[in-house]
Amino acid sequence: MKLQMDKTQIVLTIILGLLAIFMLLPIVFIFMQAFKPLSELFLYPPRFYVMNPTLQNFTQLLVSVDVAVVPVVRYIFNSILTSSITVVVVVIVSTMVAYALSKHNFIGKNTILDVTIMALMFAPQAVLIPRYIIIQRLGIIDTYLAHILPFVAAPVSVFLFKQFVDQVPDDLLASARIDGASEWHILFNIILPICRPAVSTIALLTFQATWNTLEPSIYYIENEAMRTLPFFLGTLTSGLANNVAGQGAAAAAGLLLFLPNLIFFLIMQSRVIQTMAYSGLK
Amino acid sequence: MKTPSYERVIEMPYSFRSKLWLKLKSLGRRIWLARTSYLMVAPFVICFVIFILLPVLGAIGLSFTFYNMIEPPRYVGLLNYVYLFTEDDVFMTHVLPNTFTFAVIVGPGGYLLSFLLAWLLAQLPGKIRTFLSLAWYTPSMAAAVAMSAIWLVVFSGDRVGYLNSFLLGLGVIDEPINWVHSVEWLMPVMIVVTLWSSMGVGFLAMMAGVLNVDSQLYEAAKIDGIRNRFQEIIYITIPSVKPQMLFGAVMAIVNTLQAGSIGVTLSGQNPTPQYAGQLVLNHIDDFAFQRYEMGYAAAISVVLLIIVYLSSKLAWALFGSRGDE
Repeated sequence: MKLQMDKTQIVLTIILGLLAIFMLLPIVFIFMQAFKPLSELFLYPPRFYVMNPTLQNFTQLLVSVDVAVVPVVRYIFNSILTSSITVVVVVIVSTMVAYALSKHNFIGKNTILDVTIMALMFAPQAVLIPRYIIIQRLGIIDTYLAHILPFVAAPVSVFLFKQFVDQVPDDLLASARIDGASEWHILFNIILPICRPAVSTIALLTFQATWNTLEPSIYYIENEAMRTLPFFLGTLTSGLANNVAGQGAAAAAGLLLFLPNLIFFLIMQSRVIQTMAYSGLK
Repeated sequence: MKTPSYERVIEMPYSFRSKLWLKLKSLGRRIWLARTSYLMVAPFVICFVIFILLPVLGAIGLSFTFYNMIEPPRYVGLLNYVYLFTEDDVFMTHVLPNTFTFAVIVGPGGYLLSFLLAWLLAQLPGKIRTFLSLAWYTPSMAAAVAMSAIWLVVFSGDRVGYLNSFLLGLGVIDEPINWVHSVEWLMPVMIVVTLWSSMGVGFLAMMAGVLNVDSQLYEAAKIDGIRNRFQEIIYITIPSVKPQMLFGAVMAIVNTLQAGSIGVTLSGQNPTPQYAGQLVLNHIDDFAFQRYEMGYAAAISVVLLIIVYLSSKLAWALFGSRGDE
């Protein structure tokens, strides 16, 4: 590895750096908008930077009971509850199946593996109708289960984790078995600690998917008090063209929605990149 | 000595039965021995069947029916498909061409872009590389909903809109453009916004792949007479990163599909203004949840699933390793 940069590298850094700044502009803009006082939100000509940052938008968001019947804290609570449970469940379910698919031999294994790989490109949006009918038949409309169960089978998580488990040497598992370790013991005390980067990665991906999703709140939930933050933000922005006063609150809600994604990713980024090295499909 | 025929009659089925029995027994034994494995895969398989497999099969089944959520589904054969391809003018003149334009630019276009960026980044020293890759990945975390508040003011159609104000200030345009409500601008805005957020997991995977290419390969290639970086990419980098590129391609297909509602998010209406940003997903949504023609909507989703399946086949043909099976 060269530590000294040559000319091309410097030029490249500058070009890519400019591009990165351009990519980050909208992100910076979320922060700017969220802290702008009303006078600056409707300034003409509009200004990108915030001059007198204020928390006004956030307080307005918290007390905006007149916009919706349910206080915003309830949406936030629902979001935190459902996405944290989903993350835990997906991690447990995915690691179990990934370990079995990677290191065990049983009838039907290859079928499960093939179907999972094919399902990598599954997008629930394409089959919302039958999904809705099934969820209705299960009787979980308007429950937290409707926020969680549809996301438990996560092919991408299973695949990424399986690729990581493939790297664990078989000898290690064999010696553990000789020492009398049960398969569950191996999974939780050997595989999981070794594969911590992959666990972080699927936790992060699952969190992002469930934290941002609108699907359950729109289609499987009719009770306003059971809906999540993205849905609330959607109701704020959909009426924005006519309702100027809501813009500050919407910007603040947008920031609240985005921030947890960013924080978790920054904490886990090195592990994520480590996991991605094994993401190859052959 | 010849065995009397009656004995054979009895003996044959008996031995056959016992063989079958033994086979079943050993099969049962194998399954029983692997019971831990089955227990481990059970939760995933059950949820997979209920929430992924059944919906797909259900969509196929419903697509042959007329179903409005009130009366039970009525079998209509291929009628939905016939209507879709012969009489649905909106589908043929707006939705399909729109989807094609959108998918080709955002899918393969975005994919090539992320490979190129991943490769360029891999040429830089560690610290700068990490920082830049974080900067590019960040937009993909911002959900469409979170951004809608931002896009709304950026692309606002009057002078107060940030983009309009900026371009007016530069003198590029003379009067404000109604970005998300005009027929000619909605699609470009959708494409730019989607590309902006497309450097996701696939991008990270490809970058990790490029970084992991054995540096000895490059040195060996230099001795073998590879002269420039371009040849290096073609002969060394791409073959070594193929598995990650395939994963990236699959992720690109999913992302393109999932971005399908961006037009409605941006313009705030379904159908989008004069169907300018109408994609297959919006068309499904329109028929399913606004007109309650579930059977017809299901037929559209089956067509979509087939398109997705074929594109993934193409990706496998391009990047899959031909070695196994």
